[in-house]
Parts: sequence; structure tokens; C-alpha cells
Amino acid sequence: MPMPEWLRIRRSKDSDNREAALWSKCPKCGEVLYRRDLLANAYVCMRCGHHFRMGAYDRISTIIDGDFTEVGAEVLGGDPLGWVDKKTYGAKLSGDREKSGLAEAVVCGFGQIGGFDVGLGVMDFHFRGGTMGTVVGERIALLLEEARRRRVPCIIFTASGGARMEEGMLALVQMAKTSAAVTRFTDDGNVLFTVLTDPTTGGVAASFAFQGDVIVAESKAVIGFAGRRVIEQTIRQRLPDQFQTAEFLLEKGAIDMVVERRALKETLVRLLEYTVGTRVQR
Amino acid sequence: MSNNLIVEREKGLLELERRIAELRSANATQPVDMSSEIAALEQKYRQILQEVFGSLTPWEKVHMARHPNRPTSLDYISRFDRFDELHGDRQYRDDPSIVGGLALLHGRPVMAIGQQRGRDTKENLRRNFGMPAPEGYRKVRRLAHLASRLGLPIVTLVDTKGADPGISSEEHAQSEAIAACLHEFTKARVPIVATVIGEGGSGGALALAIADHVIMLEHSTYSVASPEGCAAILWSDATKAEEAAARLKLTAQDLQRFGIIDEIVPEPLGGAHRDGSGIVTRVLTEVDAAIARLTARSPEELLEDRYRKYRRLGAWQTTQGEVVGQST
Ligand SMILES: [Zn+2]
Repeated sequence: MPMPEWLRIRRSKDSDNREAALWSKCPKCGEVLYRRDLLANAYVCMRCGHHFRMGAYDRISTIIDGDFTEVGAEVLGGDPLGWVDKKTYGAKLSGDREKSGLAEAVVCGFGQIGGFDVGLGVMDFHFRGGTMGTVVGERIALLLEEARRRRVPCIIFTASGGARMEEGMLALVQMAKTSAAVTRFTDDGNVLFTVLTDPTTGGVAASFAFQGDVIVAESKAVIGFAGRRVIEQTIRQRLPDQFQTAEFLLEKGAIDMVVERRALKETLVRLLEYTVGTRVQR
Repeated sequence: MSNNLIVEREKGLLELERRIAELRSANATQPVDMSSEIAALEQKYRQILQEVFGSLTPWEKVHMARHPNRPTSLDYISRFDRFDELHGDRQYRDDPSIVGGLALLHGRPVMAIGQQRGRDTKENLRRNFGMPAPEGYRKVRRLAHLASRLGLPIVTLVDTKGADPGISSEEHAQSEAIAACLHEFTKARVPIVATVIGEGGSGGALALAIADHVIMLEHSTYSVASPEGCAAILWSDATKAEEAAARLKLTAQDLQRFGIIDEIVPEPLGGAHRDGSGIVTRVLTEVDAAIARLTARSPEELLEDRYRKYRRLGAWQTTQGEVVGQST
């Protein structure tokens, strides 16, 4: 698959940091993997199949056919609470921008998947643990509103530790904002697919992630409302390993399907074929 | 010893109250006039009350919101003209941490839904300390949906540390249950008035609080996470809860400034529990007034206003440096 122009430009911008590490060690099986091979394999360990957490732009390049036009990129964060602990919130944000090459924890935009026009939102755990603050909420709402105008399906990849503490209640009410936008979008006859990736918890799980018409989860992703640590402290016992995994949720009836990452695009195209009346001509 | 800061502080006051009462009854039966001593003690009592409760820090408000004698949802609901409780999620069980049903408020039919904690250990165990399970949120959703169909305004009372974090709650998809509530409240075609009467903890509170008019009691708190939870998440140290409480801007006064809530109902000096009956009357009057204003709007106008309100919330900037949507 040729690298699209927008991704080439992005890559050259942050080639110094994330691309610098040539080798990655699989946290599951310990295998040392050449990073370029890993990228070509959609960040799935060649030896054991472990799914590495994926950056938003890498994800977009594995899902979108070619061009991708961002929406809401101009929306950047403020510091509504004037938060300071060991660092100021502003310093935390700029630190994460340096490290991740991202402006915020979600990238939204429009492109084609298997020839279908779609709105796509991709969260990235590398930025503030994928937490939802005002920017994430605003960008998701803008995505859904624009997709509603264009009457195209929306696909949102979630990866989040929950609401962003440093924005307090303004972060929590983003659950209301995104829910309101989902309601308008789906009530208008449009379809929303959500893809839950590792990890999807807290306020993101309890809003748009579980408001999808079809909910897909990536193999082995941790998905839940409360964090594992919180539950273990509450019940004072260790939880079984498979608790809160995608496979566990499938068995409990909470999600529609568990898909291995390399089959994700094909799955999404199949779903689009059922739900979209007219196929866009290429 | 209570783990509630406010309860601890009240101990000295209770002792004074007891002495004043003793002197009063002695004064009535004995020939010696002690009215000047009584007046002096009462003066001292008021002074202490003012010193201790005149201005509360966020952390003190957290404890006030959790005070064991603070009026709970049922204290409000029992003061409606009439209430017929509706039970169950129609799927698995009835969750006692959610109380809901058809009610008459000042003669008007409404759907009342509240989070209910216990007053003592036994009731707290039954009501899971006011932390709803997915079954509770599914009951909320069911009742909100019914209210929307029947054209009944929805009155919610928020009082929870948060949604239940347990094994069974995860197995029954707590996230989905809350997400479904949020969805229902964004589309209900009737006025929704929410009141945070105690503690409003995270998504588990918001699930009952997407509303056209949000009221908070003066010393209630409403927060993205409990201060203990926030301290654990950010600093892996739950003992820094007091610091978290100060940073989170969880007081009614802060939240009104951010546009997240619309109205504050003042509490008597020392907190709502010092005049439970009075505070319930005040809150129900304000709720009724809000419903009366909102019923003048058509369902379409209500939905449009509600959408705009939540769409606007949050402070952010564009790359051009222009601040958009700052709600102050
Ligand atoms: Zn491996």
C-alpha cells in the first residue's frame, strides 16, 4: 500500500521521536521486532499476535483508502481550571504534543474506506492516555455534525482512560455533548460504527463508544467502565486475567464482534456494504 | 469517631445545644432566672456556628455533601403530593439505589427519579451506598422513556459517589447502561429538571443530570471523579483527596460560573440537614418553577435548546488564538 501524501508529510515532521526507535519489544512474548516490519504488520506482533497500541495517524493510514481531510484540527485546548500539580496542565499538554506528535487525543476527518465515503474519528492513547476533555468532545461533535450534513456513515475508534481530570466537570459534560451529537446523527437515519481498542474505559466507554449501532472490538482490548485497580480495591481480590477483555464482553453480550486488527478494514467495508445505499464511484 | 469532617465538628456544637436545652428546662421549673446565661450561651453558639460553617472549603463541602443526615432523594420524593414507585429494569432485577416513579408535584404529574443512599449501615448495604448498578441505570432509562412518551416532565435527584464499580456491574455492561441513559436524556421530548442534592460523582451522576435546568444545593458537589478517585488516578495517592477537591472546581459556585449548572439553592448555616424540611420545600418550589417555565416551550424548542446548551459547554481555542465557546 503506497503511503498517502498527508501521512508522508506528517511522518517527516515527527520522524525524530517516535520513528527513531528502530526496535520494539513485544510486551506479551518478549520478541524483539524491527519497527518497520511491525508497522507493515499493522502493529501486530509477528510472533504472538499481540496488538500494540496504535498511533492515530498510523491507524488512519491502515483504514482509509487514500486521502484524508481532517476536521476540527483547529480546535486546541485551553486550561479552563488553571490546573497545577507537579506541572501545569499546559506543560503536560505540550509535553504530550512533543512525545506523540499529536495536537490532541483524537484525530477526526473524512475519507474513503473501500470506496465508501465516511467520517472517521480515531483516538490515541499516547496523548494524555486518550482522555476526553473539551477538545476531544468538540472534535467528535464536529465530526458527527459534518457527517450528518454529508449523510455519510461514521466510524469512531476509541482508546481512552476516561474523562480528563485536569478539565474537571468541563471534561465530564463532554459525555453529554458527544451523546447529544450521536443522537442527532443516528436519529437522522445515519449509521455509527464504533471500534473499541485497547483500552476503552470510563467516560468514553460510557458515552459514544457504547452508543454505536454496531460495536466492534479489537482482539484482547481491555474494555470496561471502572478501572481494574479500582474494582480490585473495592472487592479486595484479584480479578481473572480475561476480565474486561473484548472476548469477555462478547461472551457477556455487550458487543457485536471481536476482530483481529488485520481483518478490521475488510470487516468495516462489509458492514458499510450492508448499510450504505449507494456505493461511491471511484 | 466519624470519618465525616462535618460530623466531627458538630460534636462540640451538639454539646452546647444540649446545655442550652438543659438550662432552658431548668429555667422553666426553678425560681432562679437564668435567661442571661442562656442568652450568652446562645450567642456563643451562633458565633461558633458562623466560625465553623460560615465559609466552607471545597473539601469541607465534600464532607457536607456526604453528611449522614443530609436529606436524601426519598426525603424529597415523600414530600411530593403523591408518589407511586415503579420498579425494575424488566431484564434482570430491581436496583434499590435508584428510586423512581409517577408523582404529583404541586398538582402536576411528573416522573421522579433519584439516587438513594442509606442513612445507616443496614440501609446502605441494601442501597449499595447509592451507587447504581447497570440495572439501576436501565430502570432510569425505562422511566425517562416512558415520561417522554406520556409527556411528563422528568425530575431527577442526584446523590451518588458514582456508578457501582463491581464485577457484576462490569459483566452487565455498566458503560452501556450509562451511555443509554445519556442517549435517552438527550432525546426526551419533555422538560428535564435535575437537582444535585448531595454528591454528584462522575458519569454515574451525569446519567441522571442531562437536563434543561440544573440546580445544585449550596454545599453540594459535582465532579468528574470523586476527589479520592482523582487523587488515585493522577497521583496514585488517594490521601491527596483534599488537594484534588481544591483543584477540581467541584463546588456549586464554580460550576455556575462555568455554565454547567443554572441555579444554586442556599442552605441554612451549618448545612441542609439543620433544616431538612425547609430545604426540601425550597428545592421543590424551585423545581416546580423551572418546570412551569419549560413547559411553555414546545418539544422541538426544548430539544434544540438542550442541544445548544451542551454543544456550547467547554473552553477551547482555535489555532488562530480565538477563544470559542468559552462559557462564563
Ligand atoms: Zn509478541
